[in-house]
Amino acid sequence: MRRSMLFLPGNNPNMLINGNCLGSDAVIFDLEDAVSPAEKDAARILVRNTMRYMDFRGCELIVRINSIDTPYWQRDLDAILPQQPGLILLPKTGTAKDVQEADAYITELEQKLGFAPNTVGLMPLIETALGVENAFAIATAADRVQALFLGAEDLTADLHCKRTKEGREIEYARTRLVMAARAAGVEVYDTPFTDVNDDEGIYKDASYAKALGFSGKASISPRHVGAINQVFSPSQADIDYAYEVMDAIALAKEQGKGAIALRGKMIDAPIVARAEQTIAMAEALGLGRSEQ
Amino acid sequence: MEITKCAAAGTMESSDAYVEIEPCENALVVELQSVVQAQFGDAIEATVRQVLSECGVKAAKVRVVDRGALECVIRARVETAAMRGKGEA
Repeated sequence: MRRSMLFLPGNNPNMLINGNCLGSDAVIFDLEDAVSPAEKDAARILVRNTMRYMDFRGCELIVRINSIDTPYWQRDLDAILPQQPGLILLPKTGTAKDVQEADAYITELEQKLGFAPNTVGLMPLIETALGVENAFAIATAADRVQALFLGAEDLTADLHCKRTKEGREIEYARTRLVMAARAAGVEVYDTPFTDVNDDEGIYKDASYAKALGFSGKASISPRHVGAINQVFSPSQADIDYAYEVMDAIALAKEQGKGAIALRGKMIDAPIVARAEQTIAMAEALGLGRSEQ
Repeated sequence: MEITKCAAAGTMESSDAYVEIEPCENALVVELQSVVQAQFGDAIEATVRQVLSECGVKAAKVRVVDRGALECVIRARVETAAMRGKGEA
């Protein structure tokens, strides 16, 4: 479960060592944009040590390495892969070939380290017009790909437009990525909301992303984590309804009925699938149905 | 491998450590300033020497200014300074 993913600058010890108590489901140690070229070596070693020695129990560790058109990405993977991160976030992924190049190198390292194949997942970061247009090919380029991730800041620069709070300029990219990811059977995560002081804005932006079908959302500020977690968690009404759906289905089976209605609506396969997703998430969060 | 040039790593910010390394003939000299010197000075110096040994550094002058860094951070900064001093960064 990755409702929220919090970016942490890879060369800032104060933020890295506190990453496990900021409430996000995952943290993204950033070796790319948050680190100047002169400090790439220092950040790589610091992130490696943080992963090796710190206890992040309950919080998934993701590392954003440098893009494959830089001289850093292989050295990033050499240092990070032995620490067994949950996912590698691959920035500026534009084509399936980018994924395959990273996949081949990770496969080689996994073999050297004695890891089972695809132990470490890959999450291409789509932040160029080319990447958006190739989203499905990217999502299906390797079995290692577990999710797509939208990066709106670089994307809007590539589109020659301004990033706005309303986000109309990324509407196409958002829907395109959700469609491509769901068609490929992988998860999809939304871009951070960048105004760290706008508490209402993050709630609206996250709600919109959820409504479009995103699985979760990234954040550049711990301040946004609570709102994102709230938006991407099922409400008590959702949970109760999901259990009612499953009760109704069980009753229909018991009575030998092929179809059954609940609250005046026919229960069909997509409703059952959604109810199962809601219950699975509620159970993962330790939530149950209301007392009757 | 020897330390062939002066190098530094880290910052003076809270929870970090600033490490300077320079060539030195036939001796490994460690100078430490720490806000927790009284309680942990010996342990920090032992960590610094251990990391230098792991990096193959037998002779150097090393100055560490600890700003309340965890051991994994001190290790990272010493290793980075050593790699830079060897020209391997």
